[in-house]
Amino acid sequence: MKNPLEAPLHQAFADRDLARALLKDIHALAGRLGRPLRIMEVCGTHTVAIRRAGIPSLLPDNLILISGPGCPVCVTPTGYVDNALALLQRPRLVVASFGDMLKVPGSNGDSLARHLGGGRVRVLYSPAELPRLAAELGEPLVFLAIGFETTIPTIAAALLKAEEQARENLFLYTAFKTVPAALAALLAGRERSLDAFLLPGHVSVIIGEEPYRLLEGPGGVPGVIAGFEPLDILDGILAALRQVTAGERRVENRYSRAVRPGGNPKARSVIAEVLEPCDALWRGLGTIPDSGMRLRERFRHRDAALRFDFPEVTNAEPPGCSCALVLQGLAAPADCPLFGDTCTPERPVGPCMVSSEGSCAASYRYGDRAP
Amino acid sequence: MSAGGGAERITLEHGSGGALSRALTEELIYPLFRSPEYPELSDASELRMEGRSFLTTDTYVVDPPEFPGGDIGTLAVYGTCNDLAVCGARPRYLTLGLVLEEGLCLELLRRVLASVREAAAAADVRVITGDTKVVPAGKGGGVYINTAGLGRAITDVPLSARRIRPGDCVLVSAPVGSHGLAVLAAREGLPVAGALRSDCALLYPLCSSLCGLGEELRFMRDATRGGVAAVLNETVGGGRHGMAVRERDVPIDRTVAAAADLLGLNPLEVANEGVLVAVTSPEAAAQALALLREHPLGTRAAAVGTITEANPGKVVLETVVGGRRILDLPRGLLLPRIC
Repeated sequence: MKNPLEAPLHQAFADRDLARALLKDIHALAGRLGRPLRIMEVCGTHTVAIRRAGIPSLLPDNLILISGPGCPVCVTPTGYVDNALALLQRPRLVVASFGDMLKVPGSNGDSLARHLGGGRVRVLYSPAELPRLAAELGEPLVFLAIGFETTIPTIAAALLKAEEQARENLFLYTAFKTVPAALAALLAGRERSLDAFLLPGHVSVIIGEEPYRLLEGPGGVPGVIAGFEPLDILDGILAALRQVTAGERRVENRYSRAVRPGGNPKARSVIAEVLEPCDALWRGLGTIPDSGMRLRERFRHRDAALRFDFPEVTNAEPPGCSCALVLQGLAAPADCPLFGDTCTPERPVGPCMVSSEGSCAASYRYGDRAP
Repeated sequence: MSAGGGAERITLEHGSGGALSRALTEELIYPLFRSPEYPELSDASELRMEGRSFLTTDTYVVDPPEFPGGDIGTLAVYGTCNDLAVCGARPRYLTLGLVLEEGLCLELLRRVLASVREAAAAADVRVITGDTKVVPAGKGGGVYINTAGLGRAITDVPLSARRIRPGDCVLVSAPVGSHGLAVLAAREGLPVAGALRSDCALLYPLCSSLCGLGEELRFMRDATRGGVAAVLNETVGGGRHGMAVRERDVPIDRTVAAAADLLGLNPLEVANEGVLVAVTSPEAAAQALALLREHPLGTRAAAVGTITEANPGKVVLETVVGGRRILDLPRGLLLPRIC
């Protein structure tokens, strides 16, 4: 057999023979377990990678992968979007965020993206641009600061830089989310059983293995940190099945080429310097204690919610939209009455269709289990 | 207008219709395209053609106008000629419409026009009429080009996606994705830029070879915007048949694959300017492949898929690891202004 590592990295991790070998073991274990098996991939990037490689079509019939609440745009409540839209009613103020976030419709169907032409709404590719943009504008700049542990450090670093440069016109409207607390909530409130989590590789690069230990306690399930190439994903699934078979529930790092047990200490210290844990409202999941992050006292003057006196954020789903159920893994995208009909990537109703990492968008794009 | 140093720039007056306009066309444009048959290059030119003809038009707005492997001038000639060639026509005549932005460097315009001339000579087409307009600074992208092309049919077979049948073979003539990535890398100054080159090329030689297959050749397209994915979907779109494509058989350069991977792009969805997609009968597939591989542009041609009865209207991709999924039309914002 040829040595797959002689191929470029991305090809090496998509080697067909190795994939076959992993799949053979996956089929054997799933067959031995016999019962329906449900593994949740928490991360939106995993959702896309899984679909893109056509992995669902290769799995045993009794094993399904379900998408979790790991797309930051998808879990941001409608009320947050409404508050952001209301900012445009104020004179002399600019709202900036990531492209996907701007496309999410508010409760009245309007979106920030519709206001892009007027100069009041800006798309940012990287939060690192914030201090410069603040300097350039002079007027108040509100950044819609959403994201998980992957995005939070860069935003926190940008804020520190703005602080250093005394850019007093930069404000953050924070709706950060942290993954481990959400996993705990999913386990506690679950209406359907989950057999294991495929844990997000990129988030784990920052936080390491420790924060997931809660999965090892009573009521926990196996948690496997996995990478994003096809073989990473198959290997992660196999590791999860091995644990299920052995009756174990361990946090297992199968992405050790990127994830260190202690994560990235520097990124974590930047987060800790700027932010502190708080309760957070998740679209679909409701309020989860300690699953968000807010600005620490000394940065509170940059909190847009305080500065502009926003009403409290609520969850209000568009009529007929099943995103709330999809995000909990309680419904498949195709179960939604709007899916593919009223709600498409071109005219999204719910956030899971807006973001390219949303499970509805991925299902729409890559098709059902076995086309 | 004197021919002069590199600091010379297009002004609004170049589009006024007055003396400077005239100088621009007479000194910069006419000398490049005048020929014994067309010494005048007036507002309209007479032509005589026998038999069936094809007419096409395309507008080129690529940003940046110059990129590794070509420029907007090359693109404006080959792109339009390719649209004719894939219909089974030999390109004969082109029009050249220029929309120039005030402030455009004349030296750049000279280089672009030289590319138009060179490409037209290589394609054996005549530029026989044209038009030049100037728009105020900030209202245009430096240089935009429109070319209309007229070509003469070289086959009586009506090449059309309606002629595909289950079992037919889908061929791709060259490695995919290099144009879109080269342009993106050049525009964004990406560190991979040095390793990428546009595949911008004339497809007529490949198309004319395949036309020799007669009825066995069903359909051809050049896979430009939206890449091979868009063309494959167009081939079966709305129709009675589906398509099965093997990802591992699609030719791709290592550098392109690596760059696309880094940028999170699918090479199948990235624009090409020198990739032909052809559908032939199963019996003629091997011969078609051999014909393509005879030509320097087609040395890496490959059979990548089959027309199926299953999944009508859809392209199903067998992925590298053997999974199956829909290969959809590219959605959302494609790379802006790649051609």
